[in-house]
Amino acid sequence: MFDNVNLQQLIFGRFTLDQIPYHEPILIGTFAAVAVVGVAVLATITYFRFWGPLWRDWVTSIDHKKIGIMYCIFAMIMLLRGFADALMMRSQQAIAFGDQQGYLPPHHYDQIFTAHGMIMIFFVAMPFVTGLMNFAVPLQIGARDVAFPFLNNFSFWMTVSGGLLVMTSLFVGEFSRATWLAYPPLSGAAMSPGVGVDYYIWALQIAGVGTTLSGINLIATIVKMRAPGMTMMKLPIFVWSSLCTNILIVAAFPILTAVLVLLSLDRYLGLHFFTNDLGGNTMLYFNLIWIWGHPEVYILILPAFGVFSEVTSTFCGKRLFGYTSMVYALVVITILAYLVWLHHFFTMGSGADVNSFFGITTMIISIPTGAKIFNWMFTMYRGRIRFDVPMMWVVAFIVTFVIGGMTGVLLAVPPADFVLHNSLFLIAHFHNVIIGGVLFGMFAGVTFWFPKAFGFKLDEFWGKMALYLWVSGFYVAFMPLYVLGLMGVTRRMQHFDDPSLQPWFIVAAFGALLIAAGIACQVIMFVVSIRRREELRDHTGDPWGGRTLEWSTSSPPPDYNFAFTPVVHDSDAWWDMKARGFSRPLTGYQPIHMPKNTASGAILALLSFICGFALVWYVWWLAALSFVALVATAIVHTFNYDRDYYIPAEAVSREEAKRTRELELA
Amino acid sequence: MSVSTLPPDRNEAAAGAAVLRGAVPRPEAPRGLGRRLRPLLALPALALLGGCNMVVMQPGGFVAEQQRNLVLASTGLMLLIIVPVIAVTLFFAWHYRATNEKAIYDPDWHHSTQLEVLIWTAPLLIIIALGALTWIGTHTLDPFRPLTRIDAKREIPAGVEPLQVEVVAMDWKWLFIYPQYGIATVNDLALPVDRPVAFKITATDVMNTFYVPTLAGMIYAMPGMETRLHAVINKVGDSEGRSAHYSGAGFSNMFFKFRGLAEKDFDGWVAKAKADGSDLSQEAYLKLTEPTESEPARYFKSYADGLYGKILGLCPKPGQMCVSEMMAIDARGGQSGPEAEEAYKRLRYDNHFAREGHEAPGATGPATDRGAHGQTQPEGMKPRPDMGNPDSRGPEPGKAQPDAGGAPSKDGAKDGAVAPKQIGQ
Repeated sequence: MFDNVNLQQLIFGRFTLDQIPYHEPILIGTFAAVAVVGVAVLATITYFRFWGPLWRDWVTSIDHKKIGIMYCIFAMIMLLRGFADALMMRSQQAIAFGDQQGYLPPHHYDQIFTAHGMIMIFFVAMPFVTGLMNFAVPLQIGARDVAFPFLNNFSFWMTVSGGLLVMTSLFVGEFSRATWLAYPPLSGAAMSPGVGVDYYIWALQIAGVGTTLSGINLIATIVKMRAPGMTMMKLPIFVWSSLCTNILIVAAFPILTAVLVLLSLDRYLGLHFFTNDLGGNTMLYFNLIWIWGHPEVYILILPAFGVFSEVTSTFCGKRLFGYTSMVYALVVITILAYLVWLHHFFTMGSGADVNSFFGITTMIISIPTGAKIFNWMFTMYRGRIRFDVPMMWVVAFIVTFVIGGMTGVLLAVPPADFVLHNSLFLIAHFHNVIIGGVLFGMFAGVTFWFPKAFGFKLDEFWGKMALYLWVSGFYVAFMPLYVLGLMGVTRRMQHFDDPSLQPWFIVAAFGALLIAAGIACQVIMFVVSIRRREELRDHTGDPWGGRTLEWSTSSPPPDYNFAFTPVVHDSDAWWDMKARGFSRPLTGYQPIHMPKNTASGAILALLSFICGFALVWYVWWLAALSFVALVATAIVHTFNYDRDYYIPAEAVSREEAKRTRELELA
Repeated sequence: MSVSTLPPDRNEAAAGAAVLRGAVPRPEAPRGLGRRLRPLLALPALALLGGCNMVVMQPGGFVAEQQRNLVLASTGLMLLIIVPVIAVTLFFAWHYRATNEKAIYDPDWHHSTQLEVLIWTAPLLIIIALGALTWIGTHTLDPFRPLTRIDAKREIPAGVEPLQVEVVAMDWKWLFIYPQYGIATVNDLALPVDRPVAFKITATDVMNTFYVPTLAGMIYAMPGMETRLHAVINKVGDSEGRSAHYSGAGFSNMFFKFRGLAEKDFDGWVAKAKADGSDLSQEAYLKLTEPTESEPARYFKSYADGLYGKILGLCPKPGQMCVSEMMAIDARGGQSGPEAEEAYKRLRYDNHFAREGHEAPGATGPATDRGAHGQTQPEGMKPRPDMGNPDSRGPEPGKAQPDAGGAPSKDGAKDGAVAPKQIGQ
């Protein structure tokens, strides 16, 4: 076996220079843009001598607030990538009719829809959700950080590392063409021999480690680190939704990890879990991936529900209607999330009994979900609603989400699903709930907590412009897809023959442009807000008349969050404290015990990235080397006993004196 | 859509045919499941049928019609709660705005047992109704269940045998085998009206979905497995069937012609295929499995013995072990030694290590603009002049090989000996 060792293959695996897509104008353009922006960013950092602070205060930071902010920034950057894919798909489908093949051949188009789905779920929605939970949960429960601060930093960098691997596939090799869930046998080695599916697998495995660990971390935080007096039924509702989400994460993500391990065993070692031959069966994959995949849907939507609950009661100036029933609804959804996975493949031919069981359990989920909608409605009832941007997102959400919920329940009726499955109706449905539910919720959450994170509000005009464009763009882009679905048009089409469909696709493409304008407004909103930060400054730390503990501290909160751990008597703790005339203690500060920054997380994630990249390209020596380095670094990190420090009482005192001056300004 | 190499009796068929796409009048009042809910149907129906050609809403077969009715009935039921929710939300949002000083403000009101009961029971009632509809509908419209009626008014007449059609999803075309007539077609499915049809569905190597929107809902076509579909077409006319499950580069052109023909026209169509078609020998079949795109309709007057069973058993090539044989070995407790080695080789069906020239395909671009399967430029792949690379160009779609049959194979029968018993047969 050693007589035909190929030195090049030994060193570079299956990488050759042909794998660089230098003949692909779209990718060259993208690369140029990325390079220009990248160089500009690096130059700016160098010019402002920001490398030191960047490393010390952000990369190595174990502060949950900074990690939460970094998660959200990462999600926004990936949103630009995922949305660029969406624009390309919409424009291709708007022009590729009859003799026109459009500008994307199947080989490229198929990568784009795969990347779009995968990036939007794993690297936009997930980091957004995790980011908001990271930022808000410890503040809402009166804690100083999460339970495992280092793990938090490590989780974040693992997520970024997975995202980087996906981005690398743009310029080195190619991405998977096997759809965002990589169904075998299409994703198997025989049908997809290239590096695409391997990029997909390793990006998800690396990011999945981060997601699972962050789930464990937040559960421990919520269970163990609540302020005194905050019993479970006094938790802010966003914390409840986070708890349910993280339980779902911890129970569901290992399934994804396992199923991807099985798929990689098929691809790398020639095993036969999901192949056609030697007794493999793709139906196993369908079941496993959706046993993860359906809870994943609720992992995304529950925190959004939490945000809407907080925002509604805050801006209605009113206690949340039906708190107990909201909590039970969350718990019921969490449990039922595991009992519905088969509705993603009714058409596989399970018997009528199985199909109706899963159809009906799916419908049952709409009962607690409906109850939540009613609860928000009755929170508005007899409220005094201030229509700041977050509250406007709530109204847009309720109207949009119930439509998506309705089409979802329709798809849960198996015979109806038989005519609508895999059609653009399905696409319209899940964009209706994911954009109308998850994304609107994340935008509401970002606008809501931005002043807490940075000390100034976001510009309202551009926020509203973004909202109008996003909401109208959503309807213009996706309502035609409902119609097209009823016309029998299936998803993932690169080209159409029937010219009568074209007007609908042109309308949908126009909708995508409206959303693009909405995203542009959001970018402008951030720029304008930063420039106008002194006008938008909030000195009180409580710009919205908040109800929960995060509004009781300064904006941005000090490293230690709370100089004194608050004592809680009510579910709307801060509202209750204000109502009972709470006065800030001004003396008697103690030194505060805090965790120390560490570079281990970033280093481990970098090594994981190298290992993943090497595995994708069959560069075995590098994979082995980086894996050994990974384990060694982890072990070395456990011997680092220099993990904590005390913020001296004088420093706390200085910080709190500053806060007192701020409050006088307000 | 595709150029027919063997012009079928299109004119005769079209003579009595209202073309389903676009020309079908609005369906009559829904029957069956939706009948009692008819008043509810008006709202979504009006909103939806706005002059476009919604094939899912305009079925030509009894099964698709019941599915359409179920879609409308469920939508109507849900609108009962959705419309008030949207209306009340918008009203509350407007009425309780901060600038409206006249609205009551009650910051501590947060519980009402009556309202709680209402907000949990209202959706519950809707779901009970919908759940009942689902349970009944799922059982009556189970694709595996043979039909008992040919439409809402007519039972199946005594003595009518269902038409058997064996469907194979290939890269990227459809093979239809009519065992009762001994013929096979590619990308052309004709059915006689008002005769129940029993489909058996499988695939060669990747998953697809068999879907004729006018006829009935979809069902997956999976390699090594068989799904079934029972349906009937009630209207004469042409439309299209498709794969609804992404299956690789040629997926976008994986359409086939679907015709509902009057009994006499159907017999004519069969006779024509018998007269003008070629033979789908085992060799011809293996040639057919090469990935092609936009394959024109083709007709075969005969096909290799037990072809469908071999496709289903994943053993169409000489020497491959059929799934049934493997299962028989497993049932005996497996085997060992040189015998097992030999058997293992015959089971390495789509293993990439067994293939020649395994390599990573190049980066996205014209140089590698080929299907994900196989190492050769797919025959009949649409040329993409806009990509400007001659390597990526296949032959002209119209010119792609009319000769489907090739020489009749003689080892077809020999291969049959390898497979003692096929699953699904």
